[in-house]
Formats: sequence, structure tokens, C-alpha cells
Amino acid sequence: MKVLAIDTSNFALGIALAEKDNVIGEYITNLKKNHSLRVMPAIETLLRDCDTKPSDLEKIVVARGPGSYTGVRIGVTIAKTLAWTLKIPLTGISSLESLAANGRYFNGLVSPLFDARRGQIYTGLYEHKGNSLETVLEDTNILASDWAKRLKGYDRPVLFIGSDVALHNEALQGMLSDLAFFAPTALYNPRPGELALLGMDKPEEEIHHFVPNYVRMAEAEAKWLEQQGR
Amino acid sequence: MEKDQLILGIETSCDETAAAVIKNGTEILSNAVASQIESHKRFGGVVPEIASRHHVEQMTIVLEEALTQAGITYEDIDAIAVTEGPGLVGALLIGVNAAKAIAFAHNIPLVGVHHIAGHIYANRLVTELKFPSLSLVVSGGHTELVLMEAHGEFTVIGETRDDAAGEAYDKVARTLNLPYPGGPHIDRLAHEGTPGLNLPRAWLEGTYDFSFSGLKSAVINTLHNAEQRGEKIEPAVLAASFQESVIDVLVTKTLRAAKAYHVRQVMLAGGVAANKGLRAALSGAFEEFTDVELVIPPLYLCTDNAAMIGAAGSMLFQKGKRSSLALNGNPGLDIEQSFN
Ligand SMILES: [Zn+2]
Repeated sequence: MKVLAIDTSNFALGIALAEKDNVIGEYITNLKKNHSLRVMPAIETLLRDCDTKPSDLEKIVVARGPGSYTGVRIGVTIAKTLAWTLKIPLTGISSLESLAANGRYFNGLVSPLFDARRGQIYTGLYEHKGNSLETVLEDTNILASDWAKRLKGYDRPVLFIGSDVALHNEALQGMLSDLAFFAPTALYNPRPGELALLGMDKPEEEIHHFVPNYVRMAEAEAKWLEQQGR
Repeated sequence: MEKDQLILGIETSCDETAAAVIKNGTEILSNAVASQIESHKRFGGVVPEIASRHHVEQMTIVLEEALTQAGITYEDIDAIAVTEGPGLVGALLIGVNAAKAIAFAHNIPLVGVHHIAGHIYANRLVTELKFPSLSLVVSGGHTELVLMEAHGEFTVIGETRDDAAGEAYDKVARTLNLPYPGGPHIDRLAHEGTPGLNLPRAWLEGTYDFSFSGLKSAVINTLHNAEQRGEKIEPAVLAASFQESVIDVLVTKTLRAAKAYHVRQVMLAGGVAANKGLRAALSGAFEEFTDVELVIPPLYLCTDNAAMIGAAGSMLFQKGKRSSLALNGNPGLDIEQSFN
């Protein structure tokens, strides 16, 4: 099965083409450039280099968030539309789970994270068991200091991965001290090849109703609900 | 016989997710629109983040509806036309990226369309354009007079220097505590009252430009002063006076420009074109002006839709415009530069 994977949920732009357990091609950039402009040309280039036509694709896998609202929407819109128009299945994978895959050989828990401003992070807790990546705690939006407290309860080594980790280094290391491990920068970018393999055998989504996982409500909506409560 | 040209139009610049199929630039085969008005009502206006979220939810559903209604397949489509700007950037991106995905998947040419060019070309779904042609474009974000000497050649001869007419309507409606969107409510109220208040008109002599911020402030001050004196102004009287002032300027300037540029046709475009008062006043003004054809599209072609984007896209495609897969949403797109 030929799978196209798309991740534009954060700073890095990632596209991969995979077949069975083989990543055929992978394109990653870590640039401050516009995703909307660059995703389709990147897909076009990668498929051309891999001698693959759009009609050869058999599945689309997309990183569905959390992350930048606009970034996640660009990837999800392209993924949905491609899957719908090519009449092939679509699978959404957590952007954090995809990043957690980079911690495959770590003996302990893996906490991928993206900055969510004002001391907050988007994160989840994962663990590699043999060949499978298991979710220990669901993706959430939480203060880095509160997250560190929760992790302390596990009393196990935790690997933090992601380019925003440095922003929260103090809060995490302060609480976990020598149980906190930080991935090297070469593992900061989520790999679209991992995303493709993670989604390869996962169940397909109902395409029309597939939406990003923003984790957070839109600000206007949260405020409105708060006012209703009064 | 020449083959029919079929264009798939896509529009997501504000709070309508829309897709349509247009034949030969003039005939609507399908016109699907998912409106978000109900969702934004509680906020008293369009919230960009919420609009973008709804577009992602609706996009493929609306596209499927448009194709099914038209009874066509991808092999039949000659080009995909999509609004590239102006509009809310996050909203534009959904339509643009969906359009690019379909264009890539089926190797179909892509054409970026200026939203206002779309509003103007909604008229071509009613009757053929006759040049020189003058368009009065009035919407929540725009108030301008656009002159066309030929297909695709747009010259803005007048525009608002501050608020758009639709914006002024919404603000006055809010002052009167009318629900969102306020335009239709003011229009309705205006018909229940007589314009007894003397409100200002910004003529900006020697130009075809508009200004509505002074009028908006005058309305707010009038209400405020009356309140201070313990008097009550009938909302219907206020609405009628406000509407008369807006329409007086719009119609007078349009008539003046139509004469000065010797146009053969005057077209109404944009969401405010749904305003009954404006439609009636414009018809009245051009009644004795028989050498100019006045075109007022039906209401469903005045509010945002994708049929108009398909109609403008059809013309642009015919004239050779092609957009690449690097097409992006451009919230500040200029209509005079929009061809390339
Ligand atoms: Zn519009």
C-alpha cells in the first residue's frame, strides 16, 4: 500500500511516501516559511522524484494536531481533499505521537511537546514497547510546571522531545532533576516517514467529518461559554 | 461544435463555504453554499478562527454537493477557480489548499480569482457584459466603483476612504441593538419609518470616493444627545434616515460616474446589493437613462457564493491566466493587479 504522509502542524514541514514498512521518500524542512505556499509543491516534487502519480496513492496519513491552528488546518484540508477526491482512505495521527516516535530507543517514558504560550505546552505521554508506540497519557494542553508535577508521580526517566523544549527546560528539569532527559536537536523535527508507518495500519476516518485535533477551544468560544455560565 | 467549458469554483474568503460548477462562464450547473451565519451570530460578528474551523468541516461536503448537483466528473472540468483574496487569511487558505489538492490529484489547471472580480462577474450569470461597464461594489468589506473597458480589465475609479458601507450598516445596527448581521434589519426597519433626521452626506467633491465614518458617528451622536435630553428617537426613523443618506451618496456617485465614462452598463455587486432600498433607488435613478443597462443580480448571487468565482475564473482561464501549486491566500490582493 502506497501511503502519502503530510505534517504541517508545527514549524517543520514534512512529507513522506511509504510502502509497506519501507519509507521510499521523505522531505523535511525546518524553516520559517509559509506552509500554505509550499506543501503542494513539496508533494508534487516528492511524488515526481519517486515516480509516483497521484492515482497510485492508496492512503493518506496526516498529522491532525495539536499545533499551530493554521498549520494543522492546511495539512488536514489537503489530506481530506486528496483522500476524498482520489477516493482513498484517510488516517489522522496525533502530531505529538509522530514526534514521540523519535524516542524509539529510549528506555522510559517519552513526552513530546510543543509550546502553547504563557507557560503552557501541548504534550502527551508515550512509551515504546517492542515495536509499538503506546499512549500513556492522552494529548493535552497544560502548564509545563503542572505537567512536570504529574510526571514526577511516575518516578521513571522521561525523554522530552521537540524544538520548543528549551523554553520549558527549567520547569521540567527543576521538578524531575535527573529523571529528565532531553533529546538531541537532530531529533527535534517530527519525521513524516514515522507518521506514514504509524498510520499505515490504523483504521480510516470518515473523510467529510474529519477535523483537526486543536486540543483547545477557539478563544472567542471559550469566552462565550464562560459568559453563559454566569 | 465547440466543447463546453466547465469551471469548478471555490470560495471561502469569509463565512460561507461554497463550491459551484459554471458552464461557459454564464450558466450555473450547481451552486452549493454552507453558511456559518448562525454560528457567528452569538459573537455579534464573524470570528476568524471559528470561520476557519467551519471551513475545514464543510469543504469536502460542499465540493461533493456541487459536483453531484452538476452531474459531472473530474474529466469534465477544464479549470478550478478559487478565491485567492482579499478576505480573512485563515479562511482563504482552506479554499486555496482544497483547490490545489484537486488540481494536483487530477492534473487540472488552477486559476486564482479576486473576490471582487467574482462579485462583479456574478452579473454575467444574469446577462452578458457590455463595455464600458461600471460596477458599484458594496459589501461588508468594500465600497467601490470599478470601471471595465474589457473582460478582466478592472480600474477602481472610486473607493471608500474609511468604513465600507456594509461596515457602517453593522455598526449602526449594533448601536440600535439589532442582531447580527445588521444590514437586513436596518433595511427592514428603514421601510417602516420615514427619514426625518438630517444626517450628513460626505460628497468628497471632484472624486468618486466614499466616506461613511462621519455618518456613522453622526448616528451615534444623534442617539446619544437625544438620550441626554430624555427624548426617544424611533429606531425606524433613524434607520430610514441613515439608509437614505448612504443610498443617496451611492446612487448619485454611480449615476455621475456612469455619465462621465459613457458606460453602456451599470452593475450592482456585493452583499449590500441585497439591500431592497438600494435596489429600488438605483432602479429609479436609471429609469430615464435608457441608453444604460442596469443589472441587479438576484439575491443569492449578491451574497458570497462560488458561482461568481466560477464565472470570473472562466473569463480569466479563457484569457490565459494560470496559477501554480504555490498559489497562496492573499488577504490584501489588489483587483487591478489580480490578473497575474
Ligand atoms: Zn463578498
